[in-house]
Amino acid sequence: MENDAIAVERTLAGDRDAFRILVERHSRNVYRLAYRMTGNQQDAEEVVQEAFLRAYQKLSQFASRANFGTWVYRIAANYAIDRMRQKKSEDSNRALPARETEDGMEMDLMSTVPDAAPSPERLAQSGQLAAEMRRALRELTPAERTAFVMRHWGGSGIEEIADALHSSASAAKNTVFRSVQKLRKALGPFVEQRGQSRAMGTQ
Amino acid sequence: MMRHPKEEELIAYHDGEAAGREAIATHLGDCPECQEELARIDALLAALNSIPVPEPGEDYGQRVWQQIAPRLPEKRAHWWDVFFSEPKTVGWLAPRRWVAAGAIAALVFAAFIAGRWSKPVGPDTPVAVDQSKVRERILVMAVGEHLGRSEMVLVELANSGPQSAGQKEVNISGEQRRAEDLLEENRLYRQTALEQGDSALAGVLDELERVLLDVAHSPQQITPVQLEDMRKRIEARGILFKVRVVGKELQQRGESGNTPAEPNSSGKSERNKA
Repeated sequence: MENDAIAVERTLAGDRDAFRILVERHSRNVYRLAYRMTGNQQDAEEVVQEAFLRAYQKLSQFASRANFGTWVYRIAANYAIDRMRQKKSEDSNRALPARETEDGMEMDLMSTVPDAAPSPERLAQSGQLAAEMRRALRELTPAERTAFVMRHWGGSGIEEIADALHSSASAAKNTVFRSVQKLRKALGPFVEQRGQSRAMGTQ
Repeated sequence: MMRHPKEEELIAYHDGEAAGREAIATHLGDCPECQEELARIDALLAALNSIPVPEPGEDYGQRVWQQIAPRLPEKRAHWWDVFFSEPKTVGWLAPRRWVAAGAIAALVFAAFIAGRWSKPVGPDTPVAVDQSKVRERILVMAVGEHLGRSEMVLVELANSGPQSAGQKEVNISGEQRRAEDLLEENRLYRQTALEQGDSALAGVLDELERVLLDVAHSPQQITPVQLEDMRKRIEARGILFKVRVVGKELQQRGESGNTPAEPNSSGKSERNKA
């Protein structure tokens, strides 16, 4: 199977089908990022499409030494954060508590997650815990959420996050920290007791 | 023993950050309190990791492609980039670019045509030959005219632009209506060319069809930027020159009433090369 660099070259040379290879190869990965950032399927799918459209348009700016997957991932993060900010300002006057029940379907999805090591207490809580986690993530600012997702799920470096946030590295670092801090505050009561009780067993 | 690391330092430690790592590790070895704190951070992040991402399905990549493919502008070829990296003000001097763009396309297509219209006909079927010659000549003339008209629309588009720098929109409704008319004809000729096994002509007509579709489906009022984009798409295909070369060739054949005699084994091999 041809590698990304060749597909990029062929696309630049006018072969649109070569871009298809890149789209098919990287869509799912970008989707996972987009879903975690936006928190819902519809927005995630839109982010994925837009990310690839932008990647196509900007492909001549792409330095082929870089990794296409990482590059499109960053474009997606950039777009997702803009989109979240826009949405946030659009529905800033909507009452927050109501949103919890808005996407009941997704909450159901969440409660059916298989847990690798379910404890009885965890099982009892899982539905509620999942809902709480979603809510806590939603209450982060777009920048915090982006920083958190990129850092903890995307494995991105601080520089990369700074780039997506259009901020300095130290500001990005702070944003990552703030996001974890807020999540701890919101979710601590649900998860940290267990952490504590297992403290000696975990690394 | 160092002081207790701050929360943010522990989080950074959890994230695998290198700065101060050793000191923190050492401290953690001696400090149950901080071990617990780190375990709580671990527990939180592990819990968040358990939030599922719905699986978009095996064919997700294909679906994404189907959704975005119609929205992708034509990508210009590499050598072409040089062309368009000129400043915007030069962008309106389009005809100059058409010429350079055409140089290559014209060469390639001259080779195609030379080979195509010189197809030697089997000597064992004289009647069929005559009929097919007549049919071919009719097609030649009609397609030649069609290509001439298409060329005019494309040239007009290439030369249309805002009358003044401040003009926000350009009206291309005239070109559009004609493109719509040409589209239907074009489909017909393309099918005929295909039926006659003339894949080179069918190929040119197929490309022309996409360009005409593009023109016909644009809004009537478009911004100069959109117009420029459309122009680039047309240019990137080199379609105007293909049309021009094929059109001229067909016209000559139609006028002389002959398919050319024999100079053509060379033309054919050239076409094959092309």
